[in-house]
Amino acid sequence: MNTSVENGGITRSDRPLRVINSTPDAITKAKRRIRRSFRQIRTETVFRQTLMIIGLLMIVLVLGILLTLVVKSLPSIQALGLKYLWGKTWDPVQDIYGAAPFLLGTLISSFLALIISVPFSLAVAIFLGEYYPNGWLPDFLKNAVELIAAVPSVIYGFWALAVLVPIVRTFESKIGVAPLGQGIFASSLILAVMIIPYAASLGRSMIQLVPSQLKEAAYGLGATRWEVIRSVILPYTKSGLFAGVLLSLGRALGETMAVTMVIGNTSLMPHSIFGYGNTMASVIANEFTEADKPVYVSALIELGLVLFLVTVVINLIGKKIIDRFTND
Amino acid sequence: MEIKSVKYRIGKNYGFKALVIIFAFACVVPLLFILSYILEQGITKINWRFLVNVPRPVGETGGGIVNALMGTILIIICASLIAIPIGILAGIYLSENKKSRLAYWSRLCVDILQGVPSIVIGIVAYFWLVKPFGFSAISGSVALAIMMLPIIVRSTEETLKLLPASLKEAAFALGMPFHRVIFKVIVPVGISGILSGVMLSIARITGETAPLLFTAFGNPYLNFKIWKPMESLPHVIFTYATSPYDEWKDLAWGASLILLVWVLLLNIFTKLITRKWKVQL
Repeated sequence: MNTSVENGGITRSDRPLRVINSTPDAITKAKRRIRRSFRQIRTETVFRQTLMIIGLLMIVLVLGILLTLVVKSLPSIQALGLKYLWGKTWDPVQDIYGAAPFLLGTLISSFLALIISVPFSLAVAIFLGEYYPNGWLPDFLKNAVELIAAVPSVIYGFWALAVLVPIVRTFESKIGVAPLGQGIFASSLILAVMIIPYAASLGRSMIQLVPSQLKEAAYGLGATRWEVIRSVILPYTKSGLFAGVLLSLGRALGETMAVTMVIGNTSLMPHSIFGYGNTMASVIANEFTEADKPVYVSALIELGLVLFLVTVVINLIGKKIIDRFTND
Repeated sequence: MEIKSVKYRIGKNYGFKALVIIFAFACVVPLLFILSYILEQGITKINWRFLVNVPRPVGETGGGIVNALMGTILIIICASLIAIPIGILAGIYLSENKKSRLAYWSRLCVDILQGVPSIVIGIVAYFWLVKPFGFSAISGSVALAIMMLPIIVRSTEETLKLLPASLKEAAFALGMPFHRVIFKVIVPVGISGILSGVMLSIARITGETAPLLFTAFGNPYLNFKIWKPMESLPHVIFTYATSPYDEWKDLAWGASLILLVWVLLLNIFTKLITRKWKVQL
């Protein structure tokens, strides 16, 4: 903030300018010049302060979000306590609020999606990072995977409703469970597609960071490519790949629209992966605008608070791992 | 350790390679299915009337989605007006102050913001703006602006960090004040990175529905007042896709195609910008 030093020690006196031509005209000109540099110094100070305020604004924003969620969910925290988290019944009419069905629904659908998508995103990462880093075909694949992330989630939901749900229904009737179509399984499938890009693009950049000496040493010992991947690349990038999976999980947990459209929306405990369910995000989307009682609203916000805290923790752990990995 | 035959190892090597290729390209299949299906369903629904009419009640044909189209454009413009200046300034702040404690926390908060689920932002915007002022397009814009911020901040910061210090030092040596160094030297040099961040953030929020559910709310009529409820493309897709009527589903397919084309164009445009104005130093 020490502006006077940075601007060559201009002080508030008219003297430092050596006035050779001392006509009144020249003196006013010199004075004007000095005034202009003071103005610039003032602008500079103001600009620096503005930047700092904007930096502060980011912190205020996040604290504000947290504070709003906490304050607005206080009624439900006070009324229901910790029981809320494992209560199995969600019945707003009777004023019974238990979040367990939604916590379980979120966990099942997200982890199922993760299990389905990890082999694919790992394959993309290995293909682009190790086998073919350059060329038109890898370029095509890379752009296509980025495109998966670009398609809006409501479009995924609509497509899933129109195309995926009937397919799942046929599949379910083949294996002999109730052919509902909609449900946790269908939403996991569409989630799996949506989260491929996050783990894939991170994994690719991690795999490209593996030092070539390590790989060459392994080749020099007579290893095949598969052996190099298995015993050099994968162990070396282990933590980075894990971070990618974590970020994917964060996405899956918070994903709202596509899930809301295909999961079936029931407030009962999910019995199997082929049954109807509900996630934290989808129940908020469905019931928030029609919640009429203060405790009902606040119970929904508490769900939002849990979702916020979980995703924040997951994302921060993922970011920490990436930072440590790329700084080594 | 048992030594396996060379043939077995080579076979395994090729087997794994084939597996990787199959799995990698399997990812593209659902994408192609989705794109082609939306194109097929949507292209027949789009005509002039679709673009200039408001939705009609069930049973009448000839409805359009002009209200959603205009609403999306307005909401995005307002969100951009809020998020772009703040985002770029915050990015400049973070790249200029790498070590200070405030910058550390600020950076952490931007990271946190990036991971916040959109529905949570919707709830918060509801309490900040809808509770006191009622459902309005501007509250939706604020929610979307909060989602745009982290993308713009991070891309600005990353771009400016890569610029050589000599550029800035040269400008300072000429006696330029700090704000002029930033706006006349640093920002123009890094404009491609900043711009691509802005475009990416717009592409991302264009398809966001969840924050708009409780804020902009939706409106079956054409409306240009930003303090009134407003329809938007993703919201119209959501409501009509889950409705039981075929006419409304048709509207949703058309809207999906428009939204998809829009988002894809933005992404391609971003790619072109980064390729054309690549900062070469």
